[in-house]
Amino acid sequence: MDFLVFQYPMITLQACLDGILLGVLFALIAYGMALQWGVMNIINIAQGDLVILGGYIAYFMYLYGIHPAWGVIVAPVIMYFVGIAIYKLVINKVVDRDLFISILATFGISILFMQLMNFAFGADVVLANSGYGTTMLFDNNVVLPNSKIFSAFISIVFAVCLVIYMKKSKLGRAIRATAQNARAAKILGVDTEKVYAATFGINAALCGVAGALISITFTIHPYMGLPYTIRSFMIVIVAGLGNLPGVAMSGMGLGVFEEFADYILGTEFRIGSVFLLLVLILVYRRFKLSRKREYLK
Amino acid sequence: MKLNKIILSFVSALVILFSTSIASFAKVVGDKIILGAAISLTGKYSSNGVHTQNGYNMAVDRINSMGGVKVGGKTYKFDIIYYDDESNPKRAAQLAERLISQDGVEFMLGPYSSGLTKAIAPVTEKYGVPMVEANGASRSLFTKGYKYLFAVLAPANLYLDVAIETAVELNGGKPVRIAQAFEQDAFSQDVRLGILDAAERTGSKIIIDDKLPKELNDMAATLVKVKQMKPDVLVVSGHTKGALTAIRQIAEMKVDVPMLAMTHCDAAKLSKQHGKNSQYALCASQWHKSLTYKDDFFKDGMTYAADFEKEFGYDPPYQSAESSAALLVFKDAFERANSFDQKKVRDALAATNMQTFYGNIKFAPGGQNVDKPMVLFQVMCDASGSCENKVVAPLKWASAKLIHPIPKWSER
Repeated sequence: MDFLVFQYPMITLQACLDGILLGVLFALIAYGMALQWGVMNIINIAQGDLVILGGYIAYFMYLYGIHPAWGVIVAPVIMYFVGIAIYKLVINKVVDRDLFISILATFGISILFMQLMNFAFGADVVLANSGYGTTMLFDNNVVLPNSKIFSAFISIVFAVCLVIYMKKSKLGRAIRATAQNARAAKILGVDTEKVYAATFGINAALCGVAGALISITFTIHPYMGLPYTIRSFMIVIVAGLGNLPGVAMSGMGLGVFEEFADYILGTEFRIGSVFLLLVLILVYRRFKLSRKREYLK
Repeated sequence: MKLNKIILSFVSALVILFSTSIASFAKVVGDKIILGAAISLTGKYSSNGVHTQNGYNMAVDRINSMGGVKVGGKTYKFDIIYYDDESNPKRAAQLAERLISQDGVEFMLGPYSSGLTKAIAPVTEKYGVPMVEANGASRSLFTKGYKYLFAVLAPANLYLDVAIETAVELNGGKPVRIAQAFEQDAFSQDVRLGILDAAERTGSKIIIDDKLPKELNDMAATLVKVKQMKPDVLVVSGHTKGALTAIRQIAEMKVDVPMLAMTHCDAAKLSKQHGKNSQYALCASQWHKSLTYKDDFFKDGMTYAADFEKEFGYDPPYQSAESSAALLVFKDAFERANSFDQKKVRDALAATNMQTFYGNIKFAPGGQNVDKPMVLFQVMCDASGSCENKVVAPLKWASAKLIHPIPKWSER
């Protein structure tokens, strides 16, 4: 165990800031997951793989001399269509089935994507350099890579745009209506099939943005998707569906939690602590739910 | 009815004859010595799997074209049966079984990575099949008492202890303060054990000892600690992910440390992916083309590198060079054993004492190569920003002088 956090107060500040910047990015991925989970009742295990695919789009732009930051515009456009294609090929066949079938189907998509990416892009770990430099605070004691600040900023911009879009646009309203009650929406003339396709596309596009940001901030690799799926699953579980401020808060909370787990328990327990937290939260939710039921009796 | 019986017994006799002939002649068919190898052609190790295969193929072509292997007055040529192990240890073990019991292979070449070698070694050991491997460096491979496993490379615990010794030497023989971060896999943890030994030997103190997760892509927390505690040496090992992540975040967070030592720099193509940010990093390597070891087949490192590039279109990483060396070892052992008897070949392998373009090869009783030191190179960049790996230790092979301490980021 390491109690550096308490010996050096600046580390605490650093951990909080790192965690928040990271958490905002997680929240963006989780928001996509919450959206399609809420609308289509599908838990997308391939979420992380869509993120990595988005990352490769930015990486290839970087490779061909285009600044990878443009990836946050290009990747979502391409990924939107990838999302639609996945929907048409697989998801529309499982959308009304039970959750287990959709988990299996998306798990299959995840494996397929990993192998295809490995086949097409190779097994090397890659990254895109943004050359954004670093912001130093408090006499150089707190360092924030600008790429992380950029990532958080872009994530917020996309999240805000999406919220406005969901509130104001016709499709946004249709999506919300379908989420509330698909059958009623259908009766009232909403083409739910189209809504589902668009929702899956929007989710893939959000993953594309996040992937582009991850290739700028961290590294990407065909097999690195799963931790992102787990994190977003966990954020959604904590926040609940259709609760955007909740997703943002729980995303940042998870980011900070991870950073502190890293400092206090050690880096080796970082991902493990996320899993542990997930289990604890699931148990707690179940406990709360069972009490509620008793109360209703 | 009678005719049917005759036909049936004739066919079964043929089948039996055919199958026994495969089993007894499979190792050597006509003038071919058939070796078996499970290699990661798909999956997460596929890049290094391909480097390994290219190394094997290059050596097979070279040895065959230069007269082959002479055993019992007859000349034989090498041939290899490859299977794709999908970077999966279970699959690798199955394929080793298949190569030995179905294909009748009696001599094996190793797969890529310590993990897969660990999966295959019990199988080859069970059947008494000699295996020369070139890509499994984990120390635990050599402590199990395997009799048929021979590794041409130096074990993982020797990867970076040169760096610690160099740091102590540059510190006027006084102990240094070490920060280390290692991925939690067999190989990196063995590198860590080597550092622990070196620290104990030199009286140095380990002030940060982080373990990195397999999904490693963020080590900011470790680097923040490094920034606060100011160690003399930072050691990182986490395959290509570790090398790339470390360099990216050290540059972004402007972490000043007098010495930075890593593994897997060339596999990560550090100088290409990070350019000047990777400057001054010290990297452990099994081989470098500028080393002046010699043999009859590839002449020396420079010639090997040039020939390899001509054939495969890229500069050979050490994974290819050591794989080529494995074939040279087999050839030498077959000729000295003058037989295809597995026991005799095994004994000949154990008595190997030779020089190849890759380095000297002499096996300890555990099977590891004890006659080839690791080299350390440092990434050095010129004013135009193009970077090159230059050997700085051991001094005998050094082509440039070690730059120490690493200049501060504010002065670069």
